[in-house]
Parts: sequence; structure tokens; C-alpha cells
Amino acid sequence: MSNETSHVHSSTVSVPHETHHEVHHGHHHETFLTKYVFSQDHKTIAKQFLITGMFWALLGGLFSVIFRLQLGFPDAKFPWMEALLGEWAKGGQLQAEAYYALVTMHGTVLVFFVLTAGLSGTFSNFLIPLQVGARDMASPFMNMLSYWFFFIASVVMLSSLFVQTGPFSGGWTAYPPLSALGEASPGSKVGMDLWLVSMALFVVSSLLGGLNYIATVLNMRTKGMSMTRMPLTIWAFFFTAVLGVLSFPVLFSGFILLIFDRHFGTSFYLSDIYINGQALPNEGGSAILYQHLFWFLGHPEVYIILLPAMGMASEILSVNSRKPIFGYMAMIGSLFAITILAFLVWAHHMFVTGLNPFLGAFFVLLTLLIAVPSAIKVFNWLTTIWRGNIRFTPAMLFALGFVSLFISGGLTGIFLGNSALDIQLHDTYFVIAHFHIVMGVASMFGMFAGIYHWYPKMYGRYLNNTLGYIHFWITMVGAYLIFWPMHYEGLAGMPRRYYKYDIWESFKQFGELNKFISIVAIIVFLVQILFIFNFFYSIWKGRKVTTQNPWGANTLEWTTPINPGHGNWDGEIPEVHRWAYDYGKDGQDHIAQTVPVGANESKH
Amino acid sequence: MAQTVAANTKWWSGGKSPFNVEYGKLMMWYFLMSDAFTFGAFLIAYGTVRVSSPSWPDPNFVFQSFPFLGSGLPLVFVSLMTFILIVSSVTMVLAVHEGHHGNKKGVIKWMLWTIIGGLAFLGCQAWEWTHLHHEGAWWGHNPFPNADGTVASTNFSNFFFTITGFHGFHVFSGVVINIIITIMTWRGVFERRGHYLMIEKVGLYWHFVDLVWVFVFLFFYLV
Repeated sequence: MSNETSHVHSSTVSVPHETHHEVHHGHHHETFLTKYVFSQDHKTIAKQFLITGMFWALLGGLFSVIFRLQLGFPDAKFPWMEALLGEWAKGGQLQAEAYYALVTMHGTVLVFFVLTAGLSGTFSNFLIPLQVGARDMASPFMNMLSYWFFFIASVVMLSSLFVQTGPFSGGWTAYPPLSALGEASPGSKVGMDLWLVSMALFVVSSLLGGLNYIATVLNMRTKGMSMTRMPLTIWAFFFTAVLGVLSFPVLFSGFILLIFDRHFGTSFYLSDIYINGQALPNEGGSAILYQHLFWFLGHPEVYIILLPAMGMASEILSVNSRKPIFGYMAMIGSLFAITILAFLVWAHHMFVTGLNPFLGAFFVLLTLLIAVPSAIKVFNWLTTIWRGNIRFTPAMLFALGFVSLFISGGLTGIFLGNSALDIQLHDTYFVIAHFHIVMGVASMFGMFAGIYHWYPKMYGRYLNNTLGYIHFWITMVGAYLIFWPMHYEGLAGMPRRYYKYDIWESFKQFGELNKFISIVAIIVFLVQILFIFNFFYSIWKGRKVTTQNPWGANTLEWTTPINPGHGNWDGEIPEVHRWAYDYGKDGQDHIAQTVPVGANESKH
Repeated sequence: MAQTVAANTKWWSGGKSPFNVEYGKLMMWYFLMSDAFTFGAFLIAYGTVRVSSPSWPDPNFVFQSFPFLGSGLPLVFVSLMTFILIVSSVTMVLAVHEGHHGNKKGVIKWMLWTIIGGLAFLGCQAWEWTHLHHEGAWWGHNPFPNADGTVASTNFSNFFFTITGFHGFHVFSGVVINIIITIMTWRGVFERRGHYLMIEKVGLYWHFVDLVWVFVFLFFYLV
């Protein structure tokens, strides 16, 4: 409630919300600390999320390079690895415990810190006020808190890498009993406590952010910006926030029960367990209960990751095809359908836990139903670019790559959604391939598309195009070369999360393939470093943006000055008269949302 | 704070709040939805474990003591607790009502009664927890047998202390917030602001905490 004092202005209802901000324009004596560190400007907070996310992406990617080295070259020794990791890579060979820890951290970091905070944290913050026509978020103070909770969560998670027993190593899903019993493995000791503390802080951050996004989209739209005139990006961020606000609390409850199991002698998730031949006293709990609570978040979480990418891809595909988005209302409808279905399919992660097959049948049905809105979106994207006047900017390429990956990865989802097929495919590399393509890499592509597209608005300069094209093509080809072969390994039954496969007669045949995957993964990782170089280099040295609207886009963010200050628009907030997708209409290249509808204008 | 508006106002066309509420109240509603999912997850987890257990302790046997009156009074004490909390919701309604009329003194009076109600509830809970603790119940310890006479797992106590504790923590936070808001009222912050919207927002939270207790009461004491 402390934000109330700083926001006296928003509390009087029905007053157009632009007036109150003028009051604030008088006192902009900003120090370095209030401008760049404890900033309440949504644009700065967005950049903070982005750069923190990039740090984590680099680290999480490095984790995968190290464990891919183990998988591709199980017998090789890398003295530099011992120099880097010490005990964890004794004699230059990655230890099994370190391998599990790296796999776990790779998953946690990429799913939560990069693709949740780094993606929707960045772009919801950056685009919502700019595209709905608001000076800032509903509560800039809570928005700032949201980032700093994420920052503290990051510090705690990072610190877990440096404790003696290592970070948590039981997989990013943190299933008990491995996560509940400290004796279960080195990573289950203090590393797991830090993991839980970090994740709890992360949930708080996500809640503060999500409430703000929802309130801003509903309450702060400028005059004329009706819900059905909003760009699809905003619809996507809105549903993302709703998903987060309603699913993270369930994970939070699950974590609280887990903390009690770890430290206060309860048996919520524990029953009939032996460790080293010793029976534990715990009785009456259910490990499956944790899985239900976890996946009630876990499944919406994949849409929390994917929806922002979908929204941004829609916008970028339309702008760069110089065509209106095809099926605007169907796009909103399918986003809504995905949001609802996201809450009703969690048990498809649990088909092989002994779930009642009768119940499983319903989860199969609901899971496969998601194919319907997904297909609607795909066809709408394809019909949007169909016969478009396509400009192949790096952002456009990444948006196209997103659609390609979403199709490829989505199709294997139809395999996995079947409870019968899942008996064979569960916990194999087929699953790894599926979710990396459809959720991981596809959303990364959405994020890259967003960064390339809105970088001029963020920094007033362009990213280097040539580096952008190199970045795109190597990442695109690399992503398929890494994950496509994993489908074959998975179909052959090769399980995920194993430390070594060459000791298994059935999986020896994949030795060379694993080597190939690892080499490509390293190349792709190096190209991401090129991107990060491009990002930071261009902040200071990039080609300057000289026009207000470099992409010829219709949305409101391009009506602000090239380097907008806190408050976004110098004068009045513009009024909106039309939807965001009038491209190539009545012989005009594009008509901005701020242009009133003419007397003889055709209908879209 | 609803103002009179023309009947044909286009609520969703931008430039105003579609629900005619300021952002803080909107956020409070969404926060309460989120918090409802937290408690929902707890209660469903509890229900799942309880239903899948062969038998469960009988609440009429566990909760039968009253301070100074001894035992043999099933559910009397918890009924008193519930009554106190519901009354504190009524006094909160009265505080909001006084706020609508801009009556500072009335707001303070009813807020104080609400705070007293919240503290009384917390006091009752503290007594109940202490009493159960003396009987040997705690996280990881459960002295009460199942209704069918068999030895119960510890999960009765585990869920009871975790969920009522989590609820108690919410009541505690509510009391702290109420105290802050009452002090702000007393110092005339809302009078200067011209409205007592803050009382309404805090009231929403307080009623929510009350509503959650109704479910906790239902699932731990009555069923």
C-alpha cells in the first residue's frame, strides 16, 4: 500500500490519467542512482530485466556447453574444466554430481530467469505502457520492487553455485524425495534451500509484476484504445500475466509444504522411504501430490514463456509483411483458449506416475485440444505473410524462425500428449527435443525478434544487421541440428538426465550423434556471444536512429520521441482512432493508430 | 468513489478504468484471486491426502477444550473464534461505511474494533496452538488416534499447523496493515486526500481472510 502515497494522482477515478503526470514533470532531478539503479521508469526496468536475463542466459548456456561436453566426449579430459570448476571436474572430467547440478541449474535458470523474467519481464514492462498509451505502469514503485525481488532471487540462486555441497541437482522440477531429503544427495542439502528461497522470491517478483501488467492494461489505456484496438503483443502480455498471477501461487504452496518436509519433520510428500537401508519415520505423504502442485504451475509456465513470443511475432510479422495481421479476433480468441486450457492439462506430465488411465483420457483430450488454437495461430501467421511485401530484417527472420520452430515442436507435442505413446516416450530425449524446440528455442527466437525490433526504441540506435543475420542463420540451423537428432534418440528409448550413455549396449550407437550435437551446441553458444557483443557495442556505437518510426509501424510506441524520457510523450498522450494493423490500406503504406478514420475510408 | 456517469459511457474504449475503480483496488482484487489459489492449493492438497488415507482423527475429539472450562466441549472454542472473526468483518464494513461519509472519527472507532477483533482471534489461535502443543501435537507429531481407533499418521497435525498457521499469518499481516491505516486516518492523511478508498482496499483483504477462515473452519473442524 506504500505506493498509495506516491500515487495520489491515480486514485481519483474517471479523471483522464494523463493529467496527473504533468504534475510530476516539474521535478526530474535524477541522480545516477534514481535513473539507472532504483529507477521507476518502466523502460529502464525493462532494460534491467533484459540485461539480467542475458547474464543468466549466458550462464545457463555455458552450463549446457559443459554438460554437452560430457555427453559428447564422455572419456575426454579437459584440464581447463578443472581450472574452472575445481573439485567438480577432478582430473578434467566432469563429475556425475556436477553433471546433475549443471543440468538442474540449466533448466531452472533458462525456464524461470531467462524465459520468464527475461522475456515477459522485459517486454511487458517495455511495451505495455508504450503501446497502450500510458506514461508508465499503474504502480511504478511496485514495478521497481518486482525487478529487485528478481535481482535478489538471482543473487541467492547464484550463491548456491558456490556452496561446498553444490547447487541443487535433482532436476529443475525438484521432485521429492530427492528435493525433500538432505541425505539424498549433496545437492539436496543447502543448495536446495537456496534454490527454494530464490524461487520463493521469484514468485513474489512475478506476482508484483503481473498485477501491475494486468492493472495497466485494463486501467491505463489511452483514449480510444479499446481492448480490440490493442496490438496483439498487449493481449499476449495480458494473458501471460493472468497465467502467472493464478498459477505461481500454487507452486508457492507446494514449496512451503516442501520446506516443512525438509526442516520441520512433516511428511507431506514422504512415505515409506529407505535411505542406506534405514527406514525413515515419514508416513502418509504422497510424492505425487508435489507433482500435481508443481505441474499446476509447470504447465501454465510453458505458456507464460510462449505467449509473449507469440504476441511479438504477430506484431513483427505484420509490420514486416506490410500487411494487416490475419484473423485479429481469432488470434485473441486462441490466446484466450490457450490460457484456459493451460490450467486444465497439467497431468499430462504425469501419465506414467500411476495416474488413473480413465482420468488420463480426459487429460489427453484437453491436451490435444490445445492443437486447435495453436493451429489457428499458425495459419494466421502464414496467411499474414502470404503475398506480403516482406522485409527480411533480422527481427523478421527471427519471427519467421519462431513460427517454423513452433510448428516443428508443436507437432511432436501431439505425440507426447497421448498417454499410450507417452509410456514409451516419457523422460526420453524425445521430450527434450520437443520442449526445447517448441518452448525453449522458439521463445528465445521470439525474444530475439523482440530485441532486434524494439532495440531502436530502447537505445535510439540499431543493432548491427550483418551480425544479426549471422546470428540468425547459425542459430536457426544449429537449433534444428541439435534437437532434430534427439527425436531419434528418444524414439529409441534413450532416457534423459543420464550421465553416461556409452556403458549401455542400446545407446552406444548414438555416441557419434551425441558428439555431433555437442559440437553444434558449442558453435551455437559462441554465436550467442556474438549477439551479446552486438547488443552492448550497439548501445554506444550502433547506427543512430534518425526517424521517429523506422519500421513504418502503426503502434503508439513509434509516436514517442526517438529517446523518450520518463513519461514517454512530451505533450499530451495521443488519442487512438483505429486498430494497429492498417497496412497497405486504400493505397497507403501504413496508417498509424493515431490517425482519425477518414470519411471515405474502406472497412478492414 | 464511483462518480455519476452518463448511461451510454463506453467503458472499455480507453481513457478510463472499465470498472470505474482506481488501479489499487483492481490490483487488490487480482491479488486476492492469486491468494485464493494459494489457499486453494493448500486445502486441495490437504483434502487429497486426507481422502487417500484409510482413516483420519475426529475433530470433535481433537478440538474439545475451552480455556478455564476444561475439555468435553467439542468445537465450542473454535466457534467463538469464528464468531469473533466474523464480527470483525462486520466492524470493517462499518468502518468502510463511515469512510464513505467522510467521517474520520467513525472510521477510527470501527477500525479500532476491527483491530481488537483481529487481535482477539490471534490470541484464541495462540491459546489453541499452545494447548494442542501441550497435548503433544506439532509439526511431525500427532498424538490423536484415527476415528476408527488406529494409529494416525502425522499428517493431521502437519496440515493443521501449516494451514492455520498460514491463515494466522494472513490475519497478523491484516492487523498490522489495519493499524498502519488507522494511524494514517488519525493523522488525517485520507481526510486531506478527500476519500477513504484505502479503507475499502484494506477491507477487501480483511473480508478475504475472513472468507478463507470459513473454509479452513469447514475442512478442519466440521468435516
